[in-house]
Amino acid sequence: MRNSSRAGFTREMLINPANEMKREAHETQRLRHINKIDEEVSTAQRSDSLVQSINQHFPSKWQIIAFVAGGLLSLIPMASAQTPADSDTEQVRRGEYLARAGNCMGCHTTRGGEPYAGGRKLNTPFGQFVTPNITPDNETGIGRWNSEDFWQALHYGKSKDGRYLYPAFPYTEYTKVTRLDADAIFAYLRSLPPVVQTNPPHKISSPYDNQFLLYLWRAQYFKEGVYQPDKSKSDEWNRGNYLVQGLGHCTACHTARNVLGASRDDKLSGGKIMGTHWYAPSLISPLEAGVGEWPIEDIVELLSTGINSHAVTSGPMATIVRQSLQHLSDYDLRSMAVYLKSLDEKRDNTPQKVRKMPEQVRQYVALGEKVYKEHCQNCHGESGQGVPGIYPPLAGNRNVTMRSPLNTIRNVLYGGYPPATAGNPRPYGMPPFQHFIRDPEIAHVVSYIRNAWGNIGSLVYPDDVDNSRGSEF
Amino acid sequence: MPMKFFAFILLAMISGLVSAAEPASAGIPDTLEERIKPCIICHRDADLIDRDAYFPRIAGKPAGYLYNQLRNFRDGRRYYQPMAILLENMSDGYMREIAEYFASQPYAYLEPVAPALSPDETKSVETLMYSGDPERDLPACSACHGEKLMGLQPAIPGLLGLPHAYLAAQFGGWRNGGIMRGQIPDCMSEIAKKLTQEEVNALVQWLPGLPASGQSAGADALTPELAQRCRTILSGQEVAR
Ligand code: HEC
Ligand code: HEC
Ligand code: HEC
Ligand code: HEC
Ligand code: HEC
Repeated sequence: MRNSSRAGFTREMLINPANEMKREAHETQRLRHINKIDEEVSTAQRSDSLVQSINQHFPSKWQIIAFVAGGLLSLIPMASAQTPADSDTEQVRRGEYLARAGNCMGCHTTRGGEPYAGGRKLNTPFGQFVTPNITPDNETGIGRWNSEDFWQALHYGKSKDGRYLYPAFPYTEYTKVTRLDADAIFAYLRSLPPVVQTNPPHKISSPYDNQFLLYLWRAQYFKEGVYQPDKSKSDEWNRGNYLVQGLGHCTACHTARNVLGASRDDKLSGGKIMGTHWYAPSLISPLEAGVGEWPIEDIVELLSTGINSHAVTSGPMATIVRQSLQHLSDYDLRSMAVYLKSLDEKRDNTPQKVRKMPEQVRQYVALGEKVYKEHCQNCHGESGQGVPGIYPPLAGNRNVTMRSPLNTIRNVLYGGYPPATAGNPRPYGMPPFQHFIRDPEIAHVVSYIRNAWGNIGSLVYPDDVDNSRGSEF
Repeated sequence: MPMKFFAFILLAMISGLVSAAEPASAGIPDTLEERIKPCIICHRDADLIDRDAYFPRIAGKPAGYLYNQLRNFRDGRRYYQPMAILLENMSDGYMREIAEYFASQPYAYLEPVAPALSPDETKSVETLMYSGDPERDLPACSACHGEKLMGLQPAIPGLLGLPHAYLAAQFGGWRNGGIMRGQIPDCMSEIAKKLTQEEVNALVQWLPGLPASGQSAGADALTPELAQRCRTILSGQEVAR
């Protein structure tokens, strides 16, 4: 598999989990090429203007409402139980909050475009999907829909005209949303100014454009059903489960997908995000992003501010924090944290054998030390200790040592800022090194940080770096 | 791994590295200068960068102009991938602060390079610069960019001390539409589209031949007619929608 330039290495040393991922990446890249995608991208969208106007208009009221909404829902563990019908404005406000939690705007808005007017392109191995206009315009939006039509879409994945919707719209998760919540979201969407905007059609590769295939796919993979609370668990846990598995559609990114694009399960066990070069780590494994050993406060801090003293969000996750999670009430964030904490796989407590690095590996890794001293140490510290809350530590950082080196390579190529949030409004940033360090040195420095200061990770090679490029956001 | 992690935290605490209460500890200055380090890797002083480098100077440009450009990059109206990624999750407020920081920075301008232009070419560029061409409804460049071509506060940039390659790329972006600065018609893209390719070729050589000096002029230097032409840019409308 490996080419001759690495002939000096024995097979064991060269086993590189990136290979598996790479092949997948290659395939996606090929498909992406065929579909001529790229100027638009697969994660979320910018929409500060709306957030800001909300904050300006009701600074504190908004927070109170959010909090009350969260609190009310928890009293009636799942709102499918009776709740007195919301008053109209109350319902709209609740809907606005819930739409945030579902990040509807993130997908249904183009970069710099009209909120909710759609037109955003989502690239997948099956082709390019274009999000529809969901403002209440009669001709180009959902102005003629009633709440039943909306429920059919959100809950069953069926459009008003009876057409089955593609699961690029995460109705596979939204199906867990209660009718009461769906109605509130619909009321909110109805309250938006109608925007006349016709979006281009999807460009789906054959045979995936066939409705009958989609029908079969649904029969196989789509399980319809509102979330059923688990009576043996706390209200917080149930609320967290509802948000994580339902509206928050965390599974849409954080599970592996099979070749037909279906989530393997709803276990949040991690996977490469379809159509992008990002790996969404497992939220159950203590070796990846499982948070079983974190205090609740640390989890809440990461989700709401994008950073805490030992971890930082980047790439698509930073966008999710900016667009959605930072706006959630403290109660809802705590609930998600309680649920996420409960998912932790039990750790294998047998101490890891510290193997002595074979000499060639040691030499390869040492090449990266030079690069680190010159370009990285200034911020991340002499022994990878970082500066808590400012520059993430690299020593003991699971994002760095994770089986897949994809995100780490991308961090070095493209740099980035954590999201600007109320809790961290002026983040410090990481420079992009793509124009300043060549692929071999990037491979060296990534191999180095994966193996320095007690870290243990597989080695990374220049073609791993090259294969991590593209699909920017 | 977790053991190691906790051992590390413990170690760090003992050695006084972790101080959760004061985030800006460990000698990291709580300044904008520290926060914009990622920008400086490309936008540093000219003497550290090759004169032919594509990276434009941003220090000393009008704050409103810089702010508009940051929003343009973030919101997909001007396209340059590395910057779009950095700005993806920034707020308007933070970007304004960053724009003001760069606007306040002193800048060592590039030494002028004598252009290789014929006397005729030079003359027609100068006419364009200082008189414009009423036939084509082209105001003088200096009417908007200032008598000394050093820009007008707060949103019109100066034209001197910019590398040739960068100037050429900007005109390419405006003229070919495309994604770069091309989505919304504005006064500058309308002007660029009216120029001939020969004129563009000549002026991107002529401009780097002038020494830059002095400050950008005040907003009152702009006639109401021209202010009206550029209203989307001047009011920030273009971006705020
Ligand atoms: C991950 C991206 C994504 C997110 C998040 C998302 N959508 Fe969509 N949505 C889509 C795509 C793609 C389609 C088009 C599916 C198709 O045409 O088969 C769609 C379709 C729809 C439709 C059907 C419109 C029609 O004309 O048939 C509605 C209604 C809708 N979304 C509402 C929502 C709401 C409400 C939310 C938030 C709770 C939301 N969407 C979140 C991607 C998304
Ligand atoms: C658009 C895809 C996407 C969605 C949706 C998403 N994530 Fe992520 N998430 C990622 C990626 C990619 C990473 C790895 C990058 C990083 O570390 O920030 C990540 C990382 C994380 C991490 C680890 C952060 C760290 O640095 O330790 C947590 C915790 C997490 N996600 C929780 C969630 C939760 C909870 C949700 C649902 C509310 C969610 N994610 C939804 C893509 C996504
Ligand atoms: C100017 C300070 C600075 C320099 C120099 C710098 N970094 Fe970073 N680094 C950061 C910041 C800030 C973040 C958080 C970025 C984000 O959230 O997108 C970060 C994030 C990272 C991450 C992701 C950590 C995580 O938990 O997800 C890795 C890996 C990384 N840096 C490695 C490097 C390497 C390797 C170098 C040298 C080639 C380097 N950094 C140079 C500031 C810096
Ligand atoms: C990888 C190199 C690189 C980095 C890092 C970078 N820039 Fe840029 N920047 C460029 C290039 C190249 C352009 C010109 C893009 C174009 O229009 O084609 C540019 C253009 C700009 C402009 C518009 C200048 C003008 O006169 O129109 C501003 C403002 C700017 N950058 C600010 C920043 C800020 C702030 C940061 C840090 C958050 C940053 N840049 C990081 C390369 C970079
Ligand atoms: C009607 C007013 C107006 C006139 C006349 C005008 N410009 Fe501009 N120009 C602008 C504005 C406004 C901008 C800022 C554009 C933006 O924010 O995207 C600009 C930007 C520029 C820039 C980009 C500078 C940078 O740092 O990126 C260049 C180069 C330029 N103009 C050259 C010219 C030349 C050459 C002429 C004469 C042929 C000219 N302009 C005439 C208003 C004008």
